[in-house]
Formats: sequence, C-alpha cells, structure tokens
Amino acid sequence: MSYLTHLLTHLRKDLRLEWRARDSINGMLFFSLLVVVLFSLAFEPDAAVSRQISGGILWVAILFATVTALNQAWTRELRNDVLDAQRLAPSPASTLFLGKAIANLLFVGLVELILAPIFVVFYNLHVLGNPWLLALVMPLGTWALIVNGTFFAALGLRTRNRELLLPLVLFPISMPALLGMVQATTLILTGGDNLYAVFWIKMLTGYDIIFTTVCILLFETILHAE
Amino acid sequence: MPRPQTFRTLLWLWFALSLIALAIGLRLALIAPIDAAQGNIGSMIYYHVPMQVGGLTFPFVNLIGSLAYLYYRSRNLQRAIAFDALAVAAAEVTVLNLSVGILSGMLWAKPVWGIWWTWDERLTTCLLLWLLYVSYLLVRRFSSTGQVYTLSAVISVFAAIDVPIVYMSTRWYRTQHPSPVFFSGNPGAGLDKSLYPAFFSNLAAWLLWGFFLIALRYVLERRRQQAQHAAVQHAIATPEAQ
Repeated sequence: MSYLTHLLTHLRKDLRLEWRARDSINGMLFFSLLVVVLFSLAFEPDAAVSRQISGGILWVAILFATVTALNQAWTRELRNDVLDAQRLAPSPASTLFLGKAIANLLFVGLVELILAPIFVVFYNLHVLGNPWLLALVMPLGTWALIVNGTFFAALGLRTRNRELLLPLVLFPISMPALLGMVQATTLILTGGDNLYAVFWIKMLTGYDIIFTTVCILLFETILHAE
Repeated sequence: MPRPQTFRTLLWLWFALSLIALAIGLRLALIAPIDAAQGNIGSMIYYHVPMQVGGLTFPFVNLIGSLAYLYYRSRNLQRAIAFDALAVAAAEVTVLNLSVGILSGMLWAKPVWGIWWTWDERLTTCLLLWLLYVSYLLVRRFSSTGQVYTLSAVISVFAAIDVPIVYMSTRWYRTQHPSPVFFSGNPGAGLDKSLYPAFFSNLAAWLLWGFFLIALRYVLERRRQQAQHAAVQHAIATPEAQ
C-alpha cells in the first residue's frame, strides 16, 4: 500500500472517531468563544483600535483552543494499548503523525470558520486590505501551530504533567510563527503595507516547510522512545 | 575517551587559563578608553557581547551532543549517554549565559535608550532562545527515566533551528538594537581600534570560562549517571530479603 493510502486511512480513522464523540470540537469552539468574549469585555475597543488588536486576539484564541484539543488528541491512542499496536503496524510512523495533524487542522479550521463571523460582529471588523491574503494566512498559520502541537503532544505522552508540558514547549517554538501570523493578519486588517504582509506570509510558509519536515523525520524516533 | 587522570589535569589547566584570561580581560576593560557618546555604561559591551556570543554558540554544543546521542543510541549506548551528558551541560550553560546576557543588556539599555525592553527582532529572538532552552531543561525534569535522553534530544534539534534566526535577525530587519558592529559591511562600522584589546580579550576569556563550565558540568553529570548505573546494578544483583 502506498504512503498516501496509509495517510488517508489514518486521517479517516481520526475524523471518524472525532465525529462519533465530537468532544474535541465542542470544547474548542466554546473555549475560543469564551476567549473572544473575555477580550471584548476587557478592552472594549473602537473600530480603529479593534482592527489593530483583533489580529493578536484571534491568534491567541486559536492558540488556546488548539492546545486544549491537542492535549487530548493522543489520549485516544493510549486506551486499549492502541499505541503499541500503532508501533507494530507496518505503515510508516509519519503517516500516523500526518493523519492526526491533518485531522486536527480540519477541526481547528472548522472552529475558525465558525469563529470568523462572531469575530466580525464583536469587533465591528471589516477588512481594509486584501481579503484573499487573509484566506492565505489562516491555513498557513494554523498549520504552523498544529504541526508542532501534534508533535509535542505525542512527545509528552508518557511524561508527568503532560498537559502542562505541551504549552511549555509549544509556545516558545511557535513564537516566530505567531509573530508572523499576527503581523500579517494585523497588516491585512488595517490595510497596511501589502508587501510587508506578503513578506510575513513568506516567512510563515518557510517556517511551515521547515518544521513539517523536521516533525515528519523525527516522529518515528519519539514514537519508539521507550 | 581519554583516561580520567589526563582529563582531570586538562580540566584544571583549563580552569587556570580561564581565570588568567578573565583577569587580563578585566584589567584591559578597566583601562580602556571610555566611549564618548555613551559614557561609562558603554563598557557593558565587554561583558554583554561575550555572554551573548556564548549564549549563541553553546546551543551548537548541545545540538552536537543531542545528534550524537541519537546516532549512537542503537550502536554504542554508553557513548550515547556520555554525549547526552554533554548536551545537558551545554544547555545549562546556555541558559546561564543567555540570562546574564539579557539582564546585562537590559541594564545597558535603560541609561542609553531610556527603556528596559523593546520587542525588536534581536531581543525577541534572544528571549525565545532562552525560553526554548529552559523548556528543554523542563522536559528533562518531567520525563520518565527511560525517555529523558531521546525526548530532550529531539527538543534540542527543534531549539537549535532557532539559533540561525537570532543571528540573521539584525540583517533582515532594521531594528532598535545596534546594527552588526563587525560584519555589517558599512564603511563606518566596527569598534574603534583602541577598544580591540579589551573587547577581544574579554570575548576570549568569557568563551573559555563558558567551555570550562560545560566541561565541569559534563564531569558532574557523568558521575551522576555512573552512580545511578551502579545503584541499578546493585539493586539487580542483590535480591531483597523475602
């Protein structure tokens, strides 16, 4: 069976499991909504100010939501010794990783789609810059968080304080990407320098490529770490 | 691996050499001419820059140790564990150097720029580097015993990718941090020649001291590993009385 077949199998497995329980998506949605509401209450910005800060708030909300979901992303592999079965399976280990990462991307993407109108309403936003660039930043930025987050969630699977370890390791490593996505989003929302926004998008793409490669290469190592 | 006695002698010599270099560096720094624009606080450059250079170099030692661990762990486990001791030693000295570097930078910045901190690229990436290596040490603390080496080796690969970003940051962006002093290519750049002795001697001295600290911590870690190994052997060999 080809790499792609293995990958699609893992992806279908994760999507099916999530569809049956729907606990991850519900948790993420509600959490992001709470973060957005809290920030609105805390700052109560006018239209111009809200365009400046909403980029940051959006990505912080997505970051917290992602971490919430990722913490339990791998726990379903721990039940019934499924992880040992995965280790013994003949498929490449990276297909397990990529399948889970792509599934997480779809879940967080769904959350973002639902969150976007709420955001526009709460902050009275309208995009001054090029909205197609925004449609480019969202998946690139989300993938940057998801790929590292899925990897580190797997890395911390058998550690003590597993839930604490994920944000501790993920936040520093993701910060260059966070900088890129927040800057790009803010520049697009406020109609700032398009060229500078594109620069940040390129940086984000570079970050995605580098860390996706590193994660794929190193996943087998940590899967068999014990 | 060299025999312990040779290594020990070498370490003592290195220690003496570092102390001498530090003393020379201190003297040269004290007698060096004072920067006209900055005043006395400009002498911070002899302390801050070597610390940051160390903080940017020692992560590579950590990376070498981690990669060597990953390479040797299926071939020669004892050697692999020794390299892991090197990695943790380098990580701890990196955190030390970066902490001192960032703090000394802040102390310099307040009188000269009027602010303690700014989120320009170089400061931000240095802070990130510090956070990355602190998280490396935390992963080691939180991992269960069998996995510590592998997990922290993987973290260090991720963290080491960040190091080039720190160096390139002042090249890509115009920032508040002073532009590269030596390699920026501008005709007016570079330290005044009269400051060279103080600067380079301090740079050499603090790097020597940093490498000595890594070696010392490595020795301590190796002893701890061997003591742990011996304890395990003892526990296996002597069954508990029923």
